Amino acid sequence: MKVIVAEDVNAYYGDNHVLKNIDLSINEHTVTALIGPSGCGKSTFLRTLNRMNDYIDSFRVEGKIRIDGKNIYGNKVRVEDLRQKVGMVFQKPNPFPKSIFENVAYGLKVQGTKDKKFITERVEKSLHQAALWNEVKDILHKSALSLSGGQQQRLCIARTLAVKPSIVLMDEPASALDPISTAKIEELIMELKEKYTIVIVTHNMQQAARVSDRTAFFYLGELVEYSKTADMFTNPKNKRTENYITGRFG
Amino acid sequence: MSRLRRNRIIDTGFRYVGIAATFFGLVVLAVFIFNILQQGLGRIDGDFLTSLPSRRASRAGILTAWTGTAWILFLTALIAIPLGVAAGIYLEEYGKKNRLARIIEINIANLAGVPSIIYGLLGLELFVRAMRMGSSLLAGASTLSLLILPIIIVATREAIKAVPNTLREASYGMGATRWQTIWYQVLPAASGGILTGVILALSRAIGETAPLIVIGALAYVPFVASSPMDEFTVLPMQIFNWISRPQQAFLVNGAAAIIILLAITFCMNGIAVYLRNRWQKKINW
Repeated sequence: MKVIVAEDVNAYYGDNHVLKNIDLSINEHTVTALIGPSGCGKSTFLRTLNRMNDYIDSFRVEGKIRIDGKNIYGNKVRVEDLRQKVGMVFQKPNPFPKSIFENVAYGLKVQGTKDKKFITERVEKSLHQAALWNEVKDILHKSALSLSGGQQQRLCIARTLAVKPSIVLMDEPASALDPISTAKIEELIMELKEKYTIVIVTHNMQQAARVSDRTAFFYLGELVEYSKTADMFTNPKNKRTENYITGRFG
Repeated sequence: MSRLRRNRIIDTGFRYVGIAATFFGLVVLAVFIFNILQQGLGRIDGDFLTSLPSRRASRAGILTAWTGTAWILFLTALIAIPLGVAAGIYLEEYGKKNRLARIIEINIANLAGVPSIIYGLLGLELFVRAMRMGSSLLAGASTLSLLILPIIIVATREAIKAVPNTLREASYGMGATRWQTIWYQVLPAASGGILTGVILALSRAIGETAPLIVIGALAYVPFVASSPMDEFTVLPMQIFNWISRPQQAFLVNGAAAIIILLAITFCMNGIAVYLRNRWQKKINW
């Protein structure tokens, strides 16, 4: 099933046309990698999927993005609901300067959940899912900032999962981490695929090849090529894609 | 004389000029404080703090003055903090960053530099006359609120600006509304900076005399204010009144009251510095 369908999406920062006629659809329970050189629009595209660009005054988007069949830029959409369904993990681990427990419980808190038992269970389950429970179960009330970078990023993933999204967006989630932490995150992505649809922006071609089912190559705001990851990395159809993935530019 | 030698003399010379410049202010302040302490310290006792003003210097106290200052401080905080912080939050988090925003920003900065007596005149027309508050505590506090609003707004904006955007994004990304993000994340992270600004602003307010003279605060109030609509005096006015009298005994009273006023402002500034340091240490994103 196609959970994300982008039709003829154009986006602008002021006069700067950063996404050009993007058509792209993403299947349920898959990992889709967005690759391309810096400034190609891949992060912008990712952030249009949960409307994180709304707070940039000069940002404007045209076209349709449908998630589960509903246009997310429609009038009746509550952006808060959208973001609970489409969670996001950022490039730099950004835990709240609060306890580990409070970090994971935050999404439930803003939803207005008061049931303590329910929250406690959900926090534990989310930390399990993010493969962090064993490391933090005895220090749940310590500050999240005391964790290592890799742990912080897994905490951010747990925090996102706690509100039960169906889609998880990841904006270069491992680019600020060491190789071991990166491997853990990648392993986690493979596991999460069972239950979630994942869209990941990455600068690391090997990472895209390792974790994703399909890959989209963006260049100068255009979607140049979009196909199965195995196909793209072995047999790119477009010359620019080939040049990029073989490291000739970017 | 060789050039090298000359340069060295200039170098050394400047160092002493710099030291002198640094110590000039400090020495003057130290002499002033020493002088005041010497004159007034002996006069401070329980009676001085708990006595009403009197025509006889030895029986006069600062009860009405310090309670007036406390009232003014309380009411000013009550009015200025919500207004200033709310304005700062709006300008930083909600308002668009366009031309109008820049004009507002420049004007707020300008307002912070308007002489305080001008605020006094504004308060006289607006609060005392138009809104019929009379020369009451409320009128005084309202006037001083106007005076310190720009300081609080600027401090709030600076503190909010220092909160990293990644924190907001994390919160929005979890489905939080703008207000939830501000309330749960931005304000707690900015609270140290806001509090520092607020305290410095209030410590400026308690030293202000000119605007309160203009709105008609009295120097001689023989009772302790019991409601915001009462007439009032404050420490600086009491001091002004005493030191402009010819009798030596009243000058001593003035010195003693100055010590109390200084102690209050030093305490407030001390708290502000402490909070700022603690806040800076806490931020390690």
